[in-house]
Amino acid sequence: MRIRFRFAKLGKVRFTSQRDVARMWERALRRAGLPLAYTEGFSPRPQLSFGLALPTGCESQAEYLDVALDEARAEEMAIEVASLPALLTPLLPEGVDVEEAVPVSRGSGSLQQLVTSCSWTMCFSGVSKDELRRQVEALLAAGTVPIVRERKGRLEHDDLRPSVLALAVTDDPAAVGGPRSDTAPSVGVVAELATQPRGVRPIELVHGLVAVSGNPPFDPSDGQAADGDRTAGVPVLDRACRTQQWIERDGIREEPLRRRVIPAEANRATHALVRAS
Amino acid sequence: MPSLWPQVEPLLAQVTKPARYIGGELGSQVTEHDPAAVSWLLVYPDTYEIGLPNQGLQILYEILNERDDAVAERSYAPWVDMEAAMRSAGVPLFSLENHLPARTFDILAFNLSAELVYTNVLNLIDLAGVPVHGAARSADDPIVIAGGHCAFNPEPLSAFVDCFVLGDGEEVVGEINQVVAQQKPDGQASTLDDPGGHGSREGLLRALARIQGVYVPSCYEAHYQPSAADPGAGGEPAPASTPEPFRLSVTAARFPETPDRVEKRTIADLGRWPYPKQQLVPLIEVVHDRLNVELFRGCTRGCRFCQAGMITRPVRERPADQVRTMVRSGLARTGYDDVALTSLSSADYSGIEDTVSSIIDDPSCSGQVSVSLPSLRVDAFTVGTAAQIQRVRRTGLTFAPEGGTWRMRQVINKLIREEDLYAAVDAAFSQGWKRVKLYFLIGLPTETDDDTLGIVDLAKQCVAIGRRYHKGVTVTASVGGFVPKVQTPFQWFGQNTIEELTRKVHLVRDAARPVRGLTIRWHDPKATAAEGIVSRGDRRMGPVIEQVWRNGGTFQEWSEHFDLQLWTDALADHGMSLEDTVYRHRTEDEVLPWDHLSAGLHRDFLWQDWLDALATHGLEDCRWTPCYDCGACTGFGVEHVVASAVPPAGGSQGTGQDLSAGGQVPVQFLTTAPSGAVPASVPEEQVAVRVGEGGG
Repeated sequence: MRIRFRFAKLGKVRFTSQRDVARMWERALRRAGLPLAYTEGFSPRPQLSFGLALPTGCESQAEYLDVALDEARAEEMAIEVASLPALLTPLLPEGVDVEEAVPVSRGSGSLQQLVTSCSWTMCFSGVSKDELRRQVEALLAAGTVPIVRERKGRLEHDDLRPSVLALAVTDDPAAVGGPRSDTAPSVGVVAELATQPRGVRPIELVHGLVAVSGNPPFDPSDGQAADGDRTAGVPVLDRACRTQQWIERDGIREEPLRRRVIPAEANRATHALVRAS
Repeated sequence: MPSLWPQVEPLLAQVTKPARYIGGELGSQVTEHDPAAVSWLLVYPDTYEIGLPNQGLQILYEILNERDDAVAERSYAPWVDMEAAMRSAGVPLFSLENHLPARTFDILAFNLSAELVYTNVLNLIDLAGVPVHGAARSADDPIVIAGGHCAFNPEPLSAFVDCFVLGDGEEVVGEINQVVAQQKPDGQASTLDDPGGHGSREGLLRALARIQGVYVPSCYEAHYQPSAADPGAGGEPAPASTPEPFRLSVTAARFPETPDRVEKRTIADLGRWPYPKQQLVPLIEVVHDRLNVELFRGCTRGCRFCQAGMITRPVRERPADQVRTMVRSGLARTGYDDVALTSLSSADYSGIEDTVSSIIDDPSCSGQVSVSLPSLRVDAFTVGTAAQIQRVRRTGLTFAPEGGTWRMRQVINKLIREEDLYAAVDAAFSQGWKRVKLYFLIGLPTETDDDTLGIVDLAKQCVAIGRRYHKGVTVTASVGGFVPKVQTPFQWFGQNTIEELTRKVHLVRDAARPVRGLTIRWHDPKATAAEGIVSRGDRRMGPVIEQVWRNGGTFQEWSEHFDLQLWTDALADHGMSLEDTVYRHRTEDEVLPWDHLSAGLHRDFLWQDWLDALATHGLEDCRWTPCYDCGACTGFGVEHVVASAVPPAGGSQGTGQDLSAGGQVPVQFLTTAPSGAVPASVPEEQVAVRVGEGGG
C-alpha cells in the first residue's frame, strides 16, 4: 500500500535540508505507529520516496512524499488514510503541516519522474519594481540566458532560458509572503520553472536575471553571493516559496494530489502568471 | 526581552547548515522568562552537531526547567561563517529557544568536555558581549560557570570563568540556583551573610563558594616559588605572573569560610534521576543521533590512563526496570529506531544480555530497533551479546585494548588478555560482522617499541580470525597519543614528545603496511601536544589560552582549524615551553595545580597506583574484590551500586587471578522493586556479600 502526502514547509524549519526532512518524517511515521514497509538487507530502512528536493532555505506549500506500508499489517490495523494528516502534523516540527493523504497505486510512477515543473513565488529586495520588471522582460525576450551553476561541487555552464516557463512581477507582496523586514522594500515575482531534465533553483533564476541585466555576472563559487552583494539593481532573494508542483500528461497539467480547496493566494498567483512560451 | 530572531534570520541565507541556529527541536522548552526566576544559558563550546547530544547538558536543562525559580535555554558555538556574519552584523551570541542575547541571562554555564575547546569558551564569552576576564565583569554581567570532566583542572580557565562545578550536576545546580535567586535584585532578600555587600558580584561568588562541589577561583590565591632546580633564589612567594622556573607552592583559600579543598559532588542513586526524560531530537543530523539511555555512572576497572573512570567513582547502576522503561518511553516519544545504552563500560552492566534482548523483543519496538553498546570491554563481550545486538542492524563494533602487549596493559591496568580480545573478535565475526575497530594508545608510561609494535601483532591476528569467517574483513586500528590527565595515577607522567609520538605512529604504520585488511588511523601528535599544554596547566596558562584565542585559534578540536604554532608561540611569549609544561615528569612532592580540588581519590592512593604501574602490577576491579581505599566510596558515604555480586561474562577480568580470595566488599543489591524505586528506601534488602560465596 502506498500513500501520497502533501505537506507544507514554512517558517524557521525551511532552513533544514531535504535529508533532514526525510529523517523527521521517518521519526514521525514511527511515532504514529504506522506499519511501515522496510527495505530488505542488512540495514533495513523505511521506504519513503520524496519528490523534487526543495533547496535549503526555501519554503513550500506543495511538498510531496510517498510512503509504503506493510499491506497485511495496514489492513489488520484498518488504517484510515484520511485521518493521517491530523495524526501526523503534531508529530512533525513546527512549520511542517500535512495537508492531504491519499492512497496511490504502486505502478503510478515516482514523483521524481512525474513532476515536470514547479510554480514559485519569490520576494526580492535591493531592486526597484521597475528595474526588476525590466530584467524579467529582458530574460523572457532573450534567446539564451547563460548561467553558471554548481553541481556536486563543480561549475557548469548552462542555458537557463528553456527552463523558465513563466515569469512575472506581481503587484501584490502578500502573494509572495510579504517583505522580510519593514525597512527593506521588496518586490514579488511569480514563476514557473521546469524540472526536466533537471530542476532550476530560485537562486539560479536570480543568476539569470543578473545575466540579462547588464550587471557583472555572479560567480557562484562565492556561494549565495546574491545576499552579500547589495549593488543597486541586483535583486537579493529574500524568500522563495514553492506553491505548486505540476505533472503534465497528454497536455493536461495537474498536481500530484488534487487540492480540495484552492487557497485564495494560490488562485491570485495563478492569475498573475504570464505564460511565456 | 526582545528576540534577536529578526536580526538572525537574514544571516542564515549566507551560512552553512543554517538549521544549527533555529532551535525547534522536539523536547526544546520555549518558556517566557519570569523576572524573579534565575535564567541559565547552557552553552556547549563546540558546534551544534557535537554539542546537542551531550547528555549532561540535556539533564541539567530539564532539571532546571522543572524548577519554578529557574529557566534554562541552550546555545552552541556558531561555526566560523556564522560567527563572522554575526560579528559583522553586530549580532551577539543568542539562545536557541527564544533567540535572546546571551548577556541577558543570569548565568552562562559551559560544558567542558575537552581541553581544546577552551579557546571557544573565551570566544563565546566575548561574542556574548561579556568581558572575557572575570575580574572585569560588573554586577550586571552574567555569572560564568563551567562544569564537566575538564573542570577537575580548572586553573587554566580561572581568569575567565567565575565558578566551576566538580562532579555530578544534578543536585548542585538547584543549590546554585537558590543562591543566585536570593541575590537577584528582584528576588527574595538574602538571608545569608553577604561579605561583599548585598547584591555585589564578589558577595555572590563568595556565597557560591560555600556550596559543596563549587570552586570559585577568585576565592583562592596561587603562590609560586623558585623550583628546587633553581637554588639561590629567595623563598618569597612570587606573583602569579612570574614565569618559569617558579613552581606552584600552594593554592590557598582567601576567606575563612571558603574550604581549603573543594570536594566533588556525587549523586548516590542514579535511579532517582531518570533524565533526560525528554531527550532532545534535533532537526538536523548530529553525532550520536539516537536515543541514549545511561546504564550506569562510574567505573572501577581502574584503567590508569582513564580520567573518566577515576573521577566518576563509585559505580552506580540504574535499575534494569528503569532502563527498560526509559528505552520504551524514549523510543515511543522520539521515533528513533536506534538506542545506545551508555556508560564507561556498557558490557559490565549487570544482566546486560537480558536488558538488550528485552528491548529487541519488546513488541512495541516492531522488531526494528537496534541497540548499540558504546565502550565495550572485550572480556565482557560474548557471543550472546554479539548475537543480541546484531539482530536488527549491525552497527559498528569497537573494542579498546589500548595497549599492544600484556605487559603494557598491566602498566595501564587494562587487564584484558589477548585471548579475551580474540574471543570477542571471534564472537563478532562469527555473528556476521565484517568490520571491527580497535582503539590503542601510544606514548604510555614505560612503553617500549615492542609494546608499540604489539598493536600491529594484535590487529594482524584479528584480521586472521576474521578471515576464517569472511573473505573481505577489515580491521581498523586507531592510534591516539596519550595525554596524562589530572586526578589519575598518570598525572605525574611526562607526556611523549611530538617527535617520539610521530616515530611511534610511523613504526605502527610501516609494520601494518604489508597486512591486507588492516588499516591504521592516528591522531595528530601535534594536537596531542596542545591538549597536554592545557590539561595539566596552572593559572599561568590563562594568558596563553587568551593569546591563542586572540590570534584566531578557535575550533582547535577541528583539524582544519588546529594550529600548533599558535600554541607554541603563545607559550614562548609567556616564558614557557612544551618541555616544562607537557614533557616533564612531575615529582611526588610537587604541588599540583589541582591539589586543592578533590575527585574523592586520595593522593596517596593515586601515587601508589602510579608506583604499581611502573612496577607492571595490575589491580583487580574493586567491585568484586577487596577495596583499595581509593577514597571514592568512603569519602562520600556511597557504595558501588551493582545489581549482581558476580562479575559479568565469566569474570576472569583477564588476570587469571583467583577471585575467591577477598573480604567484605561494598556491594549493594538493587531490589526488584518497580522502576524509579529508591534502593535506599528499602535498606533491609541491601545485603553486603562476600565475593566467592556465590551470588546470594
